[in-house]
Amino acid sequence: MKDAPGLAVEPDPTQAPAEADEAETTAAERRRARRTAARTRGASSRTRTLASYPLRNIGTIAGRELYSLFASPIAYLVIAFFLVMNGYLFSIILFNSQQASMSTSFADMAIILLFLAPSITMRLLSEEQRSGTIELLLTSPLRESELVLGKWLGAMGFYLVMLALTLPYPLFLLKYGSPDLGQVAGGYVGIILVGGVFLAIGLFISSLTQNQIIALAASIGVLLVLWLFQGAGQSFGSGGGASLAQYLALAPHFDSFTSGNIRLNDLVYYLSLIVIALFLAVRSVETRRWR
Amino acid sequence: MIEVQNLSKSYADKLAVRDVSFSVEKGEILGFLGPNGAGKTTTMRIITGFMPATSGTVTVAGYDVFSQSLEARKRIGYLPETVPLYPEMTVEAYLKFVARLKGLPSSRIGERLEYALDACQIKDVRGKLVSKLSKGYKQRVGIAQALIHDPDVIILDEPTVGLDPKQINETRQLIKGLGGQHTIVLSTHILPEVSMTCGRVVIISNGQVAAEDTPENLTKRLQGRDRVQLEAKAPRRELVDALKVVPGVTHVSAEDVDGGRVRCEIEGTGKRDVRSELAATVVGKGWSLLELRAASMSLEEIFLKLTTREEEAA
Ligand SMILES: Nc1ncnc2c1ncn2[C@@H]1O[C@H](COP(=O)(O)OP(=O)(O)OP(=O)(O)O)[C@@H](O)[C@H]1O
Ligand SMILES: [Mg+2]
Repeated sequence: MKDAPGLAVEPDPTQAPAEADEAETTAAERRRARRTAARTRGASSRTRTLASYPLRNIGTIAGRELYSLFASPIAYLVIAFFLVMNGYLFSIILFNSQQASMSTSFADMAIILLFLAPSITMRLLSEEQRSGTIELLLTSPLRESELVLGKWLGAMGFYLVMLALTLPYPLFLLKYGSPDLGQVAGGYVGIILVGGVFLAIGLFISSLTQNQIIALAASIGVLLVLWLFQGAGQSFGSGGGASLAQYLALAPHFDSFTSGNIRLNDLVYYLSLIVIALFLAVRSVETRRWR
Repeated sequence: MIEVQNLSKSYADKLAVRDVSFSVEKGEILGFLGPNGAGKTTTMRIITGFMPATSGTVTVAGYDVFSQSLEARKRIGYLPETVPLYPEMTVEAYLKFVARLKGLPSSRIGERLEYALDACQIKDVRGKLVSKLSKGYKQRVGIAQALIHDPDVIILDEPTVGLDPKQINETRQLIKGLGGQHTIVLSTHILPEVSMTCGRVVIISNGQVAAEDTPENLTKRLQGRDRVQLEAKAPRRELVDALKVVPGVTHVSAEDVDGGRVRCEIEGTGKRDVRSELAATVVGKGWSLLELRAASMSLEEIFLKLTTREEEAA
């Protein structure tokens, strides 16, 4: 400051109102401003061109996540394993039951996912923390909620691709038998939701550690407990404890989907689990700053 | 453009930054100089909104980095100490990702991408995977990432670390060229780096600002670096003549004090420590040496801790 006594400190007020009337400008004006900005590249027009759009941010994060997932060999291993396991179980079930139904297959799919989803989510946030890219993300004009939602949607995108590759099974049934299409559709809705829950919980756990392997092991552990909670409840005997455990466990809510009669409370149950897990992940990323 | 006021930050029980204040004018290049563990990274992380301060305020382009964080962050480009790269992405995909992340409108991404690739001389590796790049190229991609969205403020944490001398030179030229258009803060623990690139220097040590000045003024102040005080029992004239011829000594002033003692102030070039030779001279003449000490300033001690060797860059 000593050597530049004539220079006043940049006053805050000139910037803030500029931002306020930006909101009032029409889209056309904004486009024009953007073009001018590209030409002049002055500081004030530069600030004008930057706005934050939550959907764009979420899309940016999700897009990069998909890019990275498909760039990694692990992703293809996961897909291959998922398809081979499912194909194997599907044909065994079909052979034994001689029925054009997928309800047992969906239940098996959920169990396979219980182990596979954590291998998709293990690196989502833990790797960003280990490699230091979290510093880029958290210093960008991006809300923690946008980061978490983007990450989850990226993982969901990957999962949906994986799931889409199982569509030949119902098509096969359709060709050689007459499956209950309501059951098949319900099963897919259910397995998408269960996958969403697994990925959200895995995402939350990966926000807690820098270590992918810990994230993987912890996620599998937590998911197993949640899935099997039912059994634990039964060992308490019947009554309140058992029915609470029945309600909290992941597995019992799955049946209504594969039977084709989706119950509202099962739908709400899975959706609220997703919301809770994502919310916890957001809080976890937020508190990271304070550590 | 950047106002840092009474900034303090403590980790758990350790005070890493205490009561730091400085400001950076628009278009200025400020050097943030300090030895390891001085608190440079901590301060930069607070300015960029990565972590909150324990107390004090920071505003960037008029926006408080804590309460108006998103607005402030849009206007900052930041190269952290560990370059935040995704090894599985190509350079181009990565830079596009950062541009979108920083809120650059899609219509400007192409133009800014070309500019950043060009400015950082990474055009030839644009299609390469980041994991396949050398350390120097990674660092350049890191700088490209910090300027791609045409930010008002660019914060660079040790931008030349790990580069070879040629790359160091190029990077400094690049940073110099960015000044004026952008307001830049760069941290370093290499003294010559700031005099080559920065218009002003803030020296931080032990979490506190130790000095703030232009590189030229600092260099002047540093010339007192090799000031030595010597007291001996000797005839004044002969003592002065003997000390003057010690290599590295530029000036000797002396005064008589009672008891036949003489007190001298000796200035050196600062290139070498003359104290042992001074002592040998006095003792060699058969005089008795009563006192010999470096007239130390706190600044000097800080500078001694700074890595000053930089023969490679010359
Ligand atoms: N996350 C942390 N938790 C606890 N202490 C920390 C943390 N980060 C830094 N410190 C401490 O705070 C002090 C300042 O660290 P900082 O990284 O800001 O120094 P620096 O000037 O960037 O050093 P360097 O030149 O080595 O990068 C150091 O004593 C360091 O040990
Ligand atoms: Mg540092």
